Amino acid sequence: MTTTELSDLERHFERTIEHDLRVEPRDWVPDEYRATLIRQIAQHAHSEIIGMQPEGNWITRAPSLRRKAILLAKVQDEAGHGLYLYSAAETLGADRGELTQRLISGKQKYSSIFNYPTLTFADVGVIGWLVDGAAICNQVPLCRCSYGPYARAMIRICKEESFHQRQGYELLMTMMRGTKAQRQMVQDATDRWWWPSLMMFGPPDGDSPNTAQSMAWKVKRHTNDELRQRFVDMTVPQAEALGVTLPDADLAWNQERASYDFGEIDWSEFKQVLRGNGPCSAQRVAHRKRAHDEGAWVREAAAAHARKHREAVAVA
Amino acid sequence: MSFDNAYEAVSEANDEARWAFGTGFEDPLAGVDTTLPTGVDGEDLAAYCLMLGDDALIASHRLQEWCTHAPELEDEVALANIGLDLLGQARLLLTRAGKAEGSERSEDALAFFRDEHEFRNVRLTEIPNGDFAFSIARLLVFATWRLALLQRLADSKDPVLAAIAAKGVKEVTYHRDYAAQWTVRLGDGTDYSRKRMQTGLDAVWPLVDELFAPHPIERQLADAGIAVDPAGLRAEFDDVLAQVCTAATLTIPDAPPRAGVSGRTGRDGVHTEDMGFLIAELQSVARAHPEATW
Repeated sequence: MTTTELSDLERHFERTIEHDLRVEPRDWVPDEYRATLIRQIAQHAHSEIIGMQPEGNWITRAPSLRRKAILLAKVQDEAGHGLYLYSAAETLGADRGELTQRLISGKQKYSSIFNYPTLTFADVGVIGWLVDGAAICNQVPLCRCSYGPYARAMIRICKEESFHQRQGYELLMTMMRGTKAQRQMVQDATDRWWWPSLMMFGPPDGDSPNTAQSMAWKVKRHTNDELRQRFVDMTVPQAEALGVTLPDADLAWNQERASYDFGEIDWSEFKQVLRGNGPCSAQRVAHRKRAHDEGAWVREAAAAHARKHREAVAVA
Repeated sequence: MSFDNAYEAVSEANDEARWAFGTGFEDPLAGVDTTLPTGVDGEDLAAYCLMLGDDALIASHRLQEWCTHAPELEDEVALANIGLDLLGQARLLLTRAGKAEGSERSEDALAFFRDEHEFRNVRLTEIPNGDFAFSIARLLVFATWRLALLQRLADSKDPVLAAIAAKGVKEVTYHRDYAAQWTVRLGDGTDYSRKRMQTGLDAVWPLVDELFAPHPIERQLADAGIAVDPAGLRAEFDDVLAQVCTAATLTIPDAPPRAGVSGRTGRDGVHTEDMGFLIAELQSVARAHPEATW
């Protein structure tokens, strides 16, 4: 390719971004754009798949058949989200098998939130309310991401996440109207998940090296701190309606900013979990690796059968 | 909801009437006459609903255990889907049982507050999952049997059972197809997978005869046109299994049936040692908080 041809392609790409048009799989993109998107989409897909574990933990013990059906359907949706996202990554030239290898070898990360344990059934509700709520704040802007297949996958995912969030909140509402033990369970789960939920938005803007480039490419639309603030502002009234206390003495309405002020996040905990030292980090990856390894003979058999079938058709 | 206003959608005030409840199932009994058919003993009808309902509930439980353990993401989705279908069938059948016995016990009272000996599922559904081949073999046997049963039950004189069966036929047709396809892939895949698939089928086989042994209540209700006598399903079952095993290059096992206790098995409330652990897990949270609402 000549230099002139390359600069034409670059200009076309830049114009696409500038005019808020979508980049599609057939389009030329800079290598760094491709690498950034593959990394982000893969980590998102991994998060969906690892995220099945903490909630899957309660399916067989769900205390009503209706809640069991809701939870099983939700975890099934997460597997579906993982599938769309791996497919979106494949449109950029990635391979699902290789991405899975990177997850189980620890080379690629997933959302740190899933490295915390689910200890009571109230955690199922609080994950829906806070974790899915935070995920929605992060993900709605991705529906306008410059890369078409990712943006379209996110539209469907956001709709389903929104449904999950309502179901989680509705479970908590029901539990708060129940026994004292149930109300205590909800408060305890809220106490444990609040700060990790705030960490889901990533490091503060001053400490987020990739943000500027991602925003220039319109892969990312808002900074981490903007999204975190939006989540806090959205969630505080929901906590009040629910009747739980958020575990932050500094949380207060700021008239001037027309937003809530909140306390300092423990970034040392965030970094520790990010380094792979969360309460369930080793367990989550080992679980995924075991499932993948134990399924190897099944995948090989399916491939062998498909091969025989193709050969038989070719002979006929 | 358009994606542009997703923020508004999730942050709107707690207007509960607008929030999504349930799992989006349409009521399959809408417009169906739910009064008890005349001349039928309510206790017997309830027992029969529990038999079919417990089969679905316990089979679903074992499928739920596959969640996050499946060999591929497509199978995560499929196994959860089958588990959800069976859970849906269980909920309808347990609710019908509570109505028929006149106690108005809810689906949850029946699922979470009965003891092991009151469960009437066949033992095939309760034994542990084993490997993927064993689970597929179990699902193939279970779905083939249940599909044959539901197809006939769709003509039941009880309109509720007929409606539940008609809905179930569509679902279980897919379950059987999924299991049959995997049986063929594994049987006709690699040498290694064929061995494992044959081993799975061999391990399931001792629990097959129990599926076709009618309980006195089943026979009685079948005579009244309400239920299906499972003895009449064997020929169809054998035919389907023979077709699948031929395509999968597998051999139909020749194994003696697993004995019951003095002839009593799952339908009589006599289970395997594995059942107690399953029930303990299923009921643990509900029983720890008997006054709670969920």
